[in-house]
Amino acid sequence: MEKDIKLMKGNEAIAEAAIRAGVDAYFGYPITPQSEVIEYLMAEQPEKRTGMVVLQAESEVAAINMIYGAAGAGKRVLTTSSSPGISLMQEGISYIAGAQLPCVLVNVVRGGPGLGTIQPSQADYFQSVKGGGHGDYKLIVLAPASVQESVDFTRLAFDIAFKYRNPVMLLTDGVLGQMMEKVEFFEQQERKKEDEPWATVGKAGRGHRNYITSLFIKPEKMYEVNLELQKKYREVEKNEVRYQEIDTEDADYLFVAYGTTARICQKACQLAREKGIKVGLLRPISLYPYPYDIINKLADKVKGVMVIEMNHGQMVEDVKLAINGKLEVGFMGRSGGIIPTPSEILEALENKFINK
Amino acid sequence: MKFGKDIISPENKVFEKTKLLTDEYLHYCPGCGHSVVHRLLMEALEDLNLGDETIGVAPVGCSVFAYHYMDIDMQQAAHGRAPAVATGIKRVMPDKTVFTYQGDGDLAAIGTAETIHACNRGENITFIFINNGIYGMTGGQMAPTTLENMKSSTSPYGRDLKSMGHPLKMTELVANLDGVAYATRQAVHTPALVRKCKKAIVKAFKLQKENKGTTFVEIVTNCNSGWKMRPVQANEWLQKNMIPYYPLGDIKK
Ligand SMILES: Cc1ncc(C[n+]2csc(CCOP(=O)(O)OP(=O)(O)O)c2C)c(N)n1
Ligand code: SF4
Ligand SMILES: [Mg+2]
Repeated sequence: MEKDIKLMKGNEAIAEAAIRAGVDAYFGYPITPQSEVIEYLMAEQPEKRTGMVVLQAESEVAAINMIYGAAGAGKRVLTTSSSPGISLMQEGISYIAGAQLPCVLVNVVRGGPGLGTIQPSQADYFQSVKGGGHGDYKLIVLAPASVQESVDFTRLAFDIAFKYRNPVMLLTDGVLGQMMEKVEFFEQQERKKEDEPWATVGKAGRGHRNYITSLFIKPEKMYEVNLELQKKYREVEKNEVRYQEIDTEDADYLFVAYGTTARICQKACQLAREKGIKVGLLRPISLYPYPYDIINKLADKVKGVMVIEMNHGQMVEDVKLAINGKLEVGFMGRSGGIIPTPSEILEALENKFINK
Repeated sequence: MKFGKDIISPENKVFEKTKLLTDEYLHYCPGCGHSVVHRLLMEALEDLNLGDETIGVAPVGCSVFAYHYMDIDMQQAAHGRAPAVATGIKRVMPDKTVFTYQGDGDLAAIGTAETIHACNRGENITFIFINNGIYGMTGGQMAPTTLENMKSSTSPYGRDLKSMGHPLKMTELVANLDGVAYATRQAVHTPALVRKCKKAIVKAFKLQKENKGTTFVEIVTNCNSGWKMRPVQANEWLQKNMIPYYPLGDIKK
């Protein structure tokens, strides 16, 4: 069969991937730098291709609650937004996690705080990985580093979301959303035919009612539900850690970076090796669950670890947890939509560990 | 006259609890309008034979546990977001019957945007809107629907229109929207009104089945605990004070 290769913007590619992944419904609200997702879907009219529903909500608050409703019906549902919009969704996300509903959320991160800037950023790491909304819950977070991965992870995210009945977030940014790259698409998947046994679709033929709730008013019950969630998260931590190692075998120094900054670090590694400095890169792909073990192991082999982010130091805390004091961890960050260059990244590493 | 076991016979039966209510004890205060409306709502669905295909959305408020009492598939929504949740459900299953059950704080304060926009899109869902002029669940604070000079725990000297705004007539508001097919205001504090109210609920679901657009049934009820009154006194107060400001009847049919 001929390969299905296209040149596409990251945001549009996510929209096309959603249609092909057999998604049942998309609910969203426009915000830069991700509005191309809903624009593409509206133009593409997926209701004619697969029967997929697309609706522009009146706000991100409404969108995430539409997601809750349709996810509670056991459907494959997607919303996308960017930082301020994702902030508005947090109550709904907490409810979705508490009610154990599967869904996929995409955050095309822009600079903050506040209305911030529409330029790319990684300043929502804490919000995505450490909570964001209220309560003891976890989002499963995947960080693509290319348009191709944006497509592949959109499909993967739905598999993971249904496997654990848990919301999954794709954390991209303004660079990944806006840049065009060559991308190969998977073939059209069928939409779900069978109802989930727990879903609220009307109790016909079941003999008992189903209900979706995150309310457990008795402390003993709430505790039990929290333990159940924790058990699920341990399972996720066992099965869903994803990362990529680049040139780590002989490395004396290690970059740790995800998404866009990982791409830039790759170039910085090349520049370093041209100068005779052996630098490798560990790229976390799943930000929750975090690849603590591999970072801990690599720390035994290298002389220094340098974390690069488009913020003022968020993921670096997890790297430090992974390394647990065995080794010094350096950090270099740019924010506000300023993207670090390969040479300044390399310079930061040299200043920290070599020219000191 | 003697009453023995022998009077228990089919021809003497005058009332049966709808099968769409579970046997769980209602937690509502005695005399509260919520219980009556729960029954009417489930009776309406039973009469229309819709119990198997309906998905209800419970709010945050005194009726947060509606899903324990209504023996149908249900979802519990975040405070005010029931119309968005119902939209999500209905859009992916347009053939199913979907309703929201919401209090006045839920529907007309925190969730006003979701209410207006679901109505404006003409979502084919039914709103059951319980207007008791107060936040019952959280202990009797002022609602957008609280009457002028009415006392509540956050308007202890009475609602002052200048600083606290005017009691919101939500049903009149949504009746203006083209997406709304039917908007009516009912009450359940007398037997005659109970019968009328049920008819209105039945009509709303019938229109939903005919894909006519949004149907909106407001029910003015008491909150004797929040109003700090005995049940009978609360119903009298309701008739005398709430009904003149919130007149009963169809606003859009
Ligand atoms: C986001 C959020 N804010 C506030 C609350 C607290 N709260 C719970 S119920 C309620 C008011 C409910 O009043 P109403 O909708 O009129 O229902 P009633 O109890 O009167 O039937 C409030 C403010 C909440 N649960 N969630
Ligand atoms: S507090 Fe008011 S609304 Fe709530 S159950 Fe009691 S009477 Fe009903
Ligand atoms: Mg109320």
